[in-house]
Amino acid sequence: MKKLSSKIYFGIIMAFLYLPIIYLIAYSFNDGKTSVWKGFTMKWYTALFNDAQIMNSLYNTLIIAVLASVIATILGTAAAIGIYNFKGGVRSAIQNVSNIPIINPEIVTGVSLMLLFTFAGVMMGFEMGFWTVLLAHIGFCTPYVILNVTPRIRQMDPSLYEAALDLGCSPVQAFFKVVLHELMPGIFSGFLISFTYSLDDFVITYFTRGSRFQTLPVQIYTMTHQRINPKANALSALMFVVVIGVLIISNFASRKKNEEATR
Amino acid sequence: MKSKRPAIPYLGWMLVFTIVPLLMVIYFAFTNDQGQFSLEPFKNASVYSEVFLYSLGIALISTVICLVLAYPLAYSISRCSERAQSMIIMFLMVPMWMNFLLRIYAWVLILQNYGPLDMILNLFGVDVTLIGNSGAVIVGMVYEFLPFMILPLHAVMSKIDPSLIEAAQDLGCSGFHVFSKVIFPLSVPGIISGVTMVFVPTASTFLVAQYLGGTQFMIGDVIERVFQSDHNTGSAIAVVLMIVILGFLVVMNRFGDKEAVNG
Repeated sequence: MKKLSSKIYFGIIMAFLYLPIIYLIAYSFNDGKTSVWKGFTMKWYTALFNDAQIMNSLYNTLIIAVLASVIATILGTAAAIGIYNFKGGVRSAIQNVSNIPIINPEIVTGVSLMLLFTFAGVMMGFEMGFWTVLLAHIGFCTPYVILNVTPRIRQMDPSLYEAALDLGCSPVQAFFKVVLHELMPGIFSGFLISFTYSLDDFVITYFTRGSRFQTLPVQIYTMTHQRINPKANALSALMFVVVIGVLIISNFASRKKNEEATR
Repeated sequence: MKSKRPAIPYLGWMLVFTIVPLLMVIYFAFTNDQGQFSLEPFKNASVYSEVFLYSLGIALISTVICLVLAYPLAYSISRCSERAQSMIIMFLMVPMWMNFLLRIYAWVLILQNYGPLDMILNLFGVDVTLIGNSGAVIVGMVYEFLPFMILPLHAVMSKIDPSLIEAAQDLGCSGFHVFSKVIFPLSVPGIISGVTMVFVPTASTFLVAQYLGGTQFMIGDVIERVFQSDHNTGSAIAVVLMIVILGFLVVMNRFGDKEAVNG
């Protein structure tokens, strides 16, 4: 960006993206519920941490995200390997069906799963809650794992696996020591995407959670829907700090790795 | 490694959690509340055709604004040093990782009556209601999805070889012709994926209009409301939405293929 005009333009866009968040965070310290500044306070943060419901939702969100991303990673990696061994038309048909949750509007996926779970719930006598949310999350995470792992399979030299067998590995050993190692970058990025999508999902969770199960995004919805709630501001501030922290750490780690690689 | 078997669990999964739910939506869309074949749901759904067109209109305007804002920015980012580029991209992604409801809530706080923007405008003697109209919804949408336009545009533009631009200049192209003959055609794939990534979620999103649009709902909000009492009509709206989105994706794909052949 050499020209002054493009620098100014860049500044304006960055202000547009960040000012609302900064405003949100600033007002988490406001002693008062309106946009009039009534003095500095930390009371919304204490209220946030003392709110058992919010803490419980946070716990649920983390549990769901960990389980859904781990299961989706295993299911998706296995699926990617299996699908790769199908030929031509069948393979692309399977891939197309697999991509439906990505392509379809989230709300359609949400209501379709709600129909399934209400119907199955009546048949088998269960209510929507933790398990249905978990199943739904695995469902929309797995396609992303497959999309990330498949290119690594395509790049992998198949003779590596055969070489491992020739050198005395059992097929199981060859898989865990050679194949998995080769696919790891794809598996890892699939896992990360799954984890973040699961953490942040509102729409699909909203339709599959039943009446009692709460995750943090659903909690944020009940906190902010048609009302002003400074606890939501405090929560935004904490989330912002976490996001920035994770980014700085990951950036630092990857830079260090790059330096080691060039050495 | 040559086995198709690892895909079996996921094939079963797709059947139960992707195909069956969609078939259920289609089934409900074509039956009445007694479970007999009927086109009544579509007739009931036609009441919402205005909301539907309104949603597509909002999505179209938001997408165009995102494109106009993002294009010059993505271009100037792509001319930066590689290190600066990855820094800038990181800063563009931070707001995306904040929960989407909190980002919309930030705009509720900013645009509300007696909020900061309202106060500033009042100082200049301008007295308008900023919230509860289509303009506020569009601002929210652009804020929500602008990074989804910048990132694919940047990804494509950063791969344009600078020597192509120099060659065009050496061969006597003016600044405008360098853009229209070299940069723009090469950036078309980025435009296509950016437009897709912004249009699809804006057309189908729910809650943004409930937070910022006052009484004027969008189609996503309607699906949620209707589904609470009437699965048949709700399913019919969902089917129409799905078909429209699918049609849009097919058209965009065609567009991309044609460009690839001509380019």
